[in-house]
Amino acid sequence: MSDPRPTDVPYREREQSVTIERLGGPDAPVYGTALEPETELFTINMGPHHPATHGVLRLLLTLEGEVVRSVTPLIGYVHTGIEKSCEDQAYWKVIPFVERMDYLAYYYNALVFCMAVEQLVEEEVPPRAQYLRVIHLELNRIASHLFWLGTSALDLGAISILWYALRDREKILDIFEMSSGQRLHPRYFQVGGVVEDIPPGFEQKVRAFIPDMEARIDQYEAILDRNEILLQRLKHVGQVPLETLLDLGVSGPLLRAAGHPWDLRKAMPYSSYDHFDFKIPIGTQGDNYDRYRVRMAEMRESLRIVEQALDGLPEGRYITDNRKIALPPRHELATSMEALIHHFKLVTEGFRVPPGEVYAAIESPRGELGCFVLADGSAKPARVHMRDPSFVNLQALRYMAEGRLIADLIASIAMLDPILGGIDR
Amino acid sequence: MEVTRRPVEGGDDLRIRQLRARQMLRGELEGEDLDRYMEERVGLTTLEKAQNWARANAPWPLTFGLACCAIEMISVVGSPRMDAARFGAEVFRASPRQADMIILSGRVSVKMAPVIRRIYDQMLEPKWVISMGACASSAGMFNNYALVAGADKFLPVDVYVPGCPPRPEALMYGIIKLQNKIKGQPDLGWRERYHAQGTEELA
Amino acid sequence: MPDATGLELIAAAVRERLGDETVVGTDYHREQAMLEVAPGSVHDTIAYLKEEADEPFELLMSLHGCDYFPAEPRLGVHYQLLAMQRTDRLGVKTRVGVEEPRVPTIVDLYSGADFQEREVFDMFGVVFDGHPDLRRILMPEDYEGHPQRRDFPMGGEPVLFTFNEHEIPRWYE
Repeated sequence: MSDPRPTDVPYREREQSVTIERLGGPDAPVYGTALEPETELFTINMGPHHPATHGVLRLLLTLEGEVVRSVTPLIGYVHTGIEKSCEDQAYWKVIPFVERMDYLAYYYNALVFCMAVEQLVEEEVPPRAQYLRVIHLELNRIASHLFWLGTSALDLGAISILWYALRDREKILDIFEMSSGQRLHPRYFQVGGVVEDIPPGFEQKVRAFIPDMEARIDQYEAILDRNEILLQRLKHVGQVPLETLLDLGVSGPLLRAAGHPWDLRKAMPYSSYDHFDFKIPIGTQGDNYDRYRVRMAEMRESLRIVEQALDGLPEGRYITDNRKIALPPRHELATSMEALIHHFKLVTEGFRVPPGEVYAAIESPRGELGCFVLADGSAKPARVHMRDPSFVNLQALRYMAEGRLIADLIASIAMLDPILGGIDR
Repeated sequence: MEVTRRPVEGGDDLRIRQLRARQMLRGELEGEDLDRYMEERVGLTTLEKAQNWARANAPWPLTFGLACCAIEMISVVGSPRMDAARFGAEVFRASPRQADMIILSGRVSVKMAPVIRRIYDQMLEPKWVISMGACASSAGMFNNYALVAGADKFLPVDVYVPGCPPRPEALMYGIIKLQNKIKGQPDLGWRERYHAQGTEELA
Repeated sequence: MPDATGLELIAAAVRERLGDETVVGTDYHREQAMLEVAPGSVHDTIAYLKEEADEPFELLMSLHGCDYFPAEPRLGVHYQLLAMQRTDRLGVKTRVGVEEPRVPTIVDLYSGADFQEREVFDMFGVVFDGHPDLRRILMPEDYEGHPQRRDFPMGGEPVLFTFNEHEIPRWYE
């Protein structure tokens, strides 16, 4: 998609100036005074600071009346250079950096990096750790979808859903705080497992949460599913043909809403997802309403997965006992010299990874989240690249929004669920 | 249990208070009665203090979420558990002309800094800045080419709230500190406890 | 993932179709298959793998760049292809030097490569021939330098300690 702004003007000056062009030359009639007011193409900036773009997304809209003729996303306003910073840290320390990319699905970022490094180091994750990872991942999926629901409903006008969704999200964050101490970005997943076992009381709390959340999802669906305003705004809006979506590399709920049953948890299972019995919700028409329904159904399926994982949680280690990768438990430090040396080496330098490059991918709430790690044999990675789903999905925005009204653009952005931290990294 | 009755000090009973209030309204209280009435019932203050009290108790934040700290900021205003409406800060205005306070929540990148400055310039006086989180206060953990190391490089910041991300309770504490600062009684914290002299910042 | 023999078969098929000098090498380790091709034939290789191969890989999942400093040629561009029906992944990579970093674009094959190629250009300086709008995407458009190259400095501010206090001029202001 090309930039509609004039390119002969230098960049800084272009950002500060305002140009008004009229189709038909400078003598053309001004809007409002002519018989056909829509002869003016109006380029407007839906700036990085906007209440309805989910984060600092800047859109250059070319409008004809209220109809969007072209939309160009401009990104980079929260570019943090995370990937470059990761090259300077030991593998263990990269995990908090990488967690902050897609800041609603933080466990997913940590998991995909840990999976990539575990592939490089050829390390097995014990089954208890895999189940614990699945529990946290699915709870994070529900939390991410709840936040999406709250902010999307806010954009569409159903403001009270925001309060309800955040109230339920608080319960999930309490559960995360029980296991790791932090609500957001907990650094809970480590290479080889999880950093700590779950405390007593965790299981009761999650089991109490599950039926509660089911009832809440029923309530949300009762409010929103057959709401006339929502149906008018979302039905038959934002449809993109399936071939275009596949051409763009879009994945996740957008692809599933268009009818394509692709989910990495089922297709290429990782972290013992093949032990659980769950369904993949698929839409039929690929419009915004289907995307909404797909995400609501995904929340229900995630609850089922959490329940099954809790029922089948095996006993055992929560992190691998390869002392070269994982820290030894603290009580061993007092008795074993080797444990002390391992601890020292891991904390000061970190573990070394043999040279190689690997690409690992998982299914995050937004689509396929991939991580490319290039290791050069030292204790620091030479390149960490996260293939963020929102970055690729954002290219679908112009197909969703062009030729439709601005209000449909807002609804499309909401249903696209972009997270600018992941887009800009 | 023994019930003791004591007359209330200096207090009239309700009937007398009503009569006195009616007299005040009609302008019939004079002299010593008037002085006593003023002391008991009416507070005197300067216009500035009243103004500051009003401004402090209703800081309207600008919707300025940048990154992960924005999620915690929305939790402060949205989640019923930590409700910022108690402090008057629930009305998040989207237009900078209508907002008092900008909560910079998230990482300030090189591309975004001129935008933030422009929006800050568009806000009307009086305005305050809360720099929320480690990335907005210093560079946070991202000490690299892409971030401006702290919003105070181009904005005057009033309150820094550390954390990555700070808990919503921490942000509320930051808002309360800002409120105290606006009212003119800044929490000097350790400076009070240790009687430190000469280390106050100019508010 | 195709296993080692599958990868060799794919490499042989590409060599047969497009000429011997296209495939520079194959790499199979840790169950990841990577096909290294010469920079000029990236477009043809991926077009072949997308449409004409016996077992086509019809989706582009990721396009990213990499700097192999100090090993020459330095800049690498990686393509991750996916075959949904067979749940198979294949990596294609190409390496170019810093002096002549030109790679043909695959935007005509996959329109999702648009943003991703712009990001590789922005961060590494690899110029994609034939890309309709090759501008910087994450950094400001008039930024100089390509940040994710290994010899680009990390940037940022020196952290203030007591031992380097006097090196940081006037930090107290």
